[in-house]
Amino acid sequence: MRAARLATRSYRWWTPYAFLSPYLLLFTAFMVIPIGWGLWISLHDWDINFAVKPFVGLDNYTELLDGGSVDGGRFWIAMKATGVFTALSLPFLLVVPLLVALLMNGKFRGRNFYRAVYFAPYVLGVAVVGLLWRFLLDGNIGMVNHYLGALGLPDDVQWTTGTPAAWWGLVGVTVWWTLGFNAVIYLAGLQDIPAELYEAAKVDGAGPWQRFRHVTVPGLRPVALFVVNSTLLASANMFGQSYLITTGAPADETKTAIFLIAETGLRRFDMGTASAMSFLLALTLMVTSAVVFRVFRDRQETS
Amino acid sequence: MTLAPPHSDATNRPPAGRRMRRSLLHLVLGVVAALYLSPLLYMLVTSFKDRESAGASAPEWIPGPATLDAYQEIFSATDSPVLRWLVNSLLVATAHAVLVLATATPAAYALARLEFRGRGAVFTCVVATLFVPPVTLLVPNFLLVNELAWIDTLPAVIVPGAASAFGVFFLRQFFLSLPGELEEAAEIDGCNRWQIFVRVVLPLSRPALTTLALLAFLASWNDFLWPLYVLLSPESLTLPVGLANFQGANNIRYDLLMAGAVVASLPVLLLYVVAQRWVIEGVSRSGLKG
Repeated sequence: MRAARLATRSYRWWTPYAFLSPYLLLFTAFMVIPIGWGLWISLHDWDINFAVKPFVGLDNYTELLDGGSVDGGRFWIAMKATGVFTALSLPFLLVVPLLVALLMNGKFRGRNFYRAVYFAPYVLGVAVVGLLWRFLLDGNIGMVNHYLGALGLPDDVQWTTGTPAAWWGLVGVTVWWTLGFNAVIYLAGLQDIPAELYEAAKVDGAGPWQRFRHVTVPGLRPVALFVVNSTLLASANMFGQSYLITTGAPADETKTAIFLIAETGLRRFDMGTASAMSFLLALTLMVTSAVVFRVFRDRQETS
Repeated sequence: MTLAPPHSDATNRPPAGRRMRRSLLHLVLGVVAALYLSPLLYMLVTSFKDRESAGASAPEWIPGPATLDAYQEIFSATDSPVLRWLVNSLLVATAHAVLVLATATPAAYALARLEFRGRGAVFTCVVATLFVPPVTLLVPNFLLVNELAWIDTLPAVIVPGAASAFGVFFLRQFFLSLPGELEEAAEIDGCNRWQIFVRVVLPLSRPALTTLALLAFLASWNDFLWPLYVLLSPESLTLPVGLANFQGANNIRYDLLMAGAVVASLPVLLLYVVAQRWVIEGVSRSGLKG
């Protein structure tokens, strides 16, 4: 029950629709219709340059699911790249920001300053971040290799052209770029945990680790669900970093699914195949999200 | 003789051990923060170097001869009109933010305060699209924009993404948190719904509207994939896409590339310095809704 219900209704029946219509117009044109249309396209051999777009049923999907076909082969290499990047980046993107948030959770002078510093790279776009790190990670003249050499480590790592170094490069850049986003969300979650809970745990004789384990972790659970889910989706949609830093190299090993979909649909104009790819990717993401929700809900019930 | 409380010093100042820990914390945070921002500093430094020292392998943190040549060169290059890209980006991000606010605000108000048939269904639909991966919109929206003859024009990057489900959700939550009494008082005074919305609700909502406008502006300014594929000719690009093409054409001219990156970063960094409170508040609230 909303508290602020108005006693009278002194507006005409169409007034609410008038308020809604500008938004609904955009929403229908660029969200609702495209989703249905995309499904329809995925059932056709659809090239923007040809007038005839024959209906092929599920052929695009069966071809993609067959790893031996040309498009299927490409698709699974790209799905694997997306999977590898997500699996490698997720732990760092979840843990490093949490450490930063815990460091900043106290009340001390300059806290907001540090928070602003760690958030700063996030306001830059992937184009600037990609360009900058393509330069710093350069195998020959890059600053990263230079300082590695100065520390007595190998100074000829091919961050932009060879795996597995390229994966670590992409993960590192992504952590540097987006760390502040998750840190800020964790920090808001930490500050939502009532101080009395910590006091009570202290009175009961809980040490710092036990307080972290039994007060902080459960208190962060709602925020953590959001962080895990949004980070998972962001990592699975990684595009700019690999477009700008590795250009998909070596071979197509770091070319992610969304990179391949854009290239197939919007450069080669094989739009039927690209649409089918995008729905397979979307289905994978939605299933993964559902699993994450399920895991969090089960934990909540058992704890 | 005045009697000072015996422990006044100790109660006003934290004990020595605590102070030590504080300074250590500041030391760690300070050093890490400096390291953290050093890549951005190096970007700035490199943009003032000449061609050779920018490509040298030993990092130089103070440019030997500091020069503005790189900026001069990118601003006068005809094949990559950086100034034009800057203007395009400003136009696109501003128009996008205005469109997001103009459509999401009245819609969110209707969903929060007005009663009508289909309200639940509309709200469910809007929230449901938050869960649809945007990759599915890529091909059909490209075809739609092509039908509208918007390919290679700025509306292609201003309009399609403006149906912000996040914006509606975010503002609806905010409107629900406002006390309804002021609106009721305005109604008794004879204001109609539109007047109540414009004169009472909007002025009260300035913080939420500022946050949403900033987030929409930043998202549009930084958008990369979509503009990369719908903008084609050099004079219609936005900065991120222009820079990416620029990298393809000048991949060893790091002086020029870093100058371009500085031009693309400065406006958003300045905006961030001025308005970081709203940006960070907006982001931190987005996690608490779950």
